[in-house]
Amino acid sequence: MFKPIRFIPDDTKIKFMFWSRYGYFASGLACLASLLLFVFVGLNYGVDFKGGTVFVIRTEQTANLDELRSKVNSLGFGDAELQEFGDSGHEVLIRLPTIEGGEDVQRTVQDKVKQVLGTGVEYLSIDVVGPKVSGEYAQQGIVAMLVAIIGILIYIWFRFEWQFAIATVMSLLHDIMLSIGFFVLIRLEFNLQIIAALLTIVGYSLNDTVVVFDRVREYLRKYKQMPLADLIDFSINSVLPRTLLTSVTTLLALTALYIFGGEVLKGFTLAMIWGVIIATYSSIFSAASLLAILGVNRDAIQIQPSGSKADKTAAARP
Amino acid sequence: MLYFSRWKVIAILLSVLAGILFALPNILPKDMQDTLRQYTILRPVTLGLDLQGGSNVLMEVDRKELVDTLIVQQMGDVRAALRTARIGYKLNRTPNGVIVQITEAADADKANEVLRGLTQPIDTGMFGTGVANHIFNLERSGQQFTFSFSDAGLEARVSRAVEQSLRIIENRVNGTGIAEASIQRQGRDRIVIQLPGVGDPDEVVKMIGQTAKLTFQLVCETQPNSPTDNPPQDCASFPLKENPQQNLWVQTSSAATVDGADLNDAQAGFDSRTNEPIVNFRFNQKGALRFGKLTTDNVGKPFAIVLDNEVISYPRINEPILGGSGQISGNFTVEEANSLAIVLRSGALPARLIPVEQRTVGPSLGSDSIHAGAVASVIALIAVMIFMLVAYGLFGIFANVALIVNLTLLIGIMSVAGFTLTLPGIAGIVLTMGIAVDSNVLVYERIREEWRHGRTALNSIETGFKAALATVLDSNITSFIAAVVLFGVGSGPVRGFAIAHAIGIITTVFTAFTFTRLIVSWWVRTTKPKEVPL
Repeated sequence: MFKPIRFIPDDTKIKFMFWSRYGYFASGLACLASLLLFVFVGLNYGVDFKGGTVFVIRTEQTANLDELRSKVNSLGFGDAELQEFGDSGHEVLIRLPTIEGGEDVQRTVQDKVKQVLGTGVEYLSIDVVGPKVSGEYAQQGIVAMLVAIIGILIYIWFRFEWQFAIATVMSLLHDIMLSIGFFVLIRLEFNLQIIAALLTIVGYSLNDTVVVFDRVREYLRKYKQMPLADLIDFSINSVLPRTLLTSVTTLLALTALYIFGGEVLKGFTLAMIWGVIIATYSSIFSAASLLAILGVNRDAIQIQPSGSKADKTAAARP
Repeated sequence: MLYFSRWKVIAILLSVLAGILFALPNILPKDMQDTLRQYTILRPVTLGLDLQGGSNVLMEVDRKELVDTLIVQQMGDVRAALRTARIGYKLNRTPNGVIVQITEAADADKANEVLRGLTQPIDTGMFGTGVANHIFNLERSGQQFTFSFSDAGLEARVSRAVEQSLRIIENRVNGTGIAEASIQRQGRDRIVIQLPGVGDPDEVVKMIGQTAKLTFQLVCETQPNSPTDNPPQDCASFPLKENPQQNLWVQTSSAATVDGADLNDAQAGFDSRTNEPIVNFRFNQKGALRFGKLTTDNVGKPFAIVLDNEVISYPRINEPILGGSGQISGNFTVEEANSLAIVLRSGALPARLIPVEQRTVGPSLGSDSIHAGAVASVIALIAVMIFMLVAYGLFGIFANVALIVNLTLLIGIMSVAGFTLTLPGIAGIVLTMGIAVDSNVLVYERIREEWRHGRTALNSIETGFKAALATVLDSNITSFIAAVVLFGVGSGPVRGFAIAHAIGIITTVFTAFTFTRLIVSWWVRTTKPKEVPL
């Protein structure tokens, strides 16, 4: 068998605690920028949250966006947004806002658009979301985020100390904010799929953070005299190969999905790719170093049964 | 950590075998799938509407109209009851009910008794108490009586309307011959209808939402000169189907009305003389009696066939219709006649249903998505496997075998448990590939650390698994929490993602704790390694 390639060198001694002060600065700026973007530019809410009608059509000839736009706009249902769907040149996404007059009239949009576009158009998908349902989806999305964060907070609190839980949730909020800032910046359509992506990012970010924290806890038991900052640096360096390699495999899978997975999943996949990068960054630079600021009650950790029993029975290699 | 008792080995291998067996139908030809489905629990994974193409429609009970109908009905009941009891009254409608003003103070107590009987008890059965709720609360202040909706009663009424509608919609959808449609209640006042393979659901949705209230009513003596004229008392004004600008006045008294709810059967057909599409109907016994009496008493007069407040036609009664069957003609197209027959057969909806959300995926986008999802999955799998091989060599191969077992289990569980695979669900599977090998990475890196710290090979592997698996569990539980929350609040395709992701997490943890360890323990026992090849 050939010798495996080491992508990450052994025994890195990167001073993460030292670098993290710049990390805080950069993260703080980025969070502020995201907040400003969110408040002053706003997310590009999709039909799920805004209501309205979305058509994806396939035309026989290469689609003429201007012609299609003027046709659809002539109906007077408000400004249609048109964009190419995929890069075949034949597929177009048409988005129309919710029209006045309650739930019942939304369907008339569909009939009228079909009439005006005539034949020679294949309808790949049509989504009609009424104003009531879209409002509920928006509410559910917010509830979902809150419930997930609270659930995770409780779990971490239960498994670790409260300082770990606070540090985790702060780095989660950091990840969510930066993700939302990114969505605003690239005008990503914010829909139910993106909520799913955000929740998965939360899960992934935690996964990374927990791995670091597990190691911090283990070293806290093992190296009782080591200063907290050094101990955290040591922990992050120890799990660094794992953190980076797992991000690589996840990004490999997501990239394949982004390139080959079709147009419908593009937004979701892009959000996930960004989220994984941010989560990896925050688990290295912010989550654990926050622990140093919050401080850890070492006595509470010592009381728990030692996780390194194997040490005592370890047979040393000659 | 590396010792497995015999029964444990057998249990692990059996689970893996079961996974393979459950996943197997997905790669079999169609006819074998059908045979398996018939005789065993084995079946291919159910594809969501976004992959197989079809329409997902969410309908909501029109509360406003239901309230309206109930108030009108209540006013009619109050009138009839007070008239029978010979009590003078004045009646007013409020947004939330009815106000009755009794003219003579002496009648008030008697009226109280009469009106008490009109609060419409309804069995909620919601809390299992069996206590009858009333749709209306009745309040009395002197000579004034106020009926107002009770929240619980109205909720129960809405709930019952949904219950009744489910059955009726099922009949209607079945009548159209759409295969494998699913009709389910969602929440308090909604019905979600899934129509696989339906690319243009407009016709179906119109038919499903049609109240289909049919009545036969005698036409009034006087008729309007212009559409704005108000009809006399005991007459109602309905537009003609052929010319909606023109109204027809029809009698509303129950003596002049036969309810279409008493139909036994309705079939589309053709008129034998004109060859025009028509609907033949047959009354049940009660309807036939009433219809016979009405036509006997009114030979020579016209009667209107009214469907959902629209006059379809108003033929003259040429002779008494005693057999209880007849036909409706009204310039129908064949499709119209067909769907009218279906809705009449299935009965009238207790309330109007409005489509509040409708998502349709055409068959070509569905198959494009399946294709793209499959290609992406295979490429993602190959990419991850090559990376693991390069990064960990022999242990990378172990990880790759475990990954394939993991995916097989995931697909097997989704297939046999009948979970729906959606396009986001495919994304969940691809994500599982990326994240699943994390458990291997965690364990291998830990083994490597221990090895470099001077332990023996056996001891490193032992300790590596022991220390890392605790972390695997911890880190996966948090992801699992997020997935469960997503499942709880998500809908449709997003829920498909949550399911695939959540099951992926479970199979990942299972594989890491059992199968991967088992492979490594075999390797350790057969080769007795002196070094860790990491």
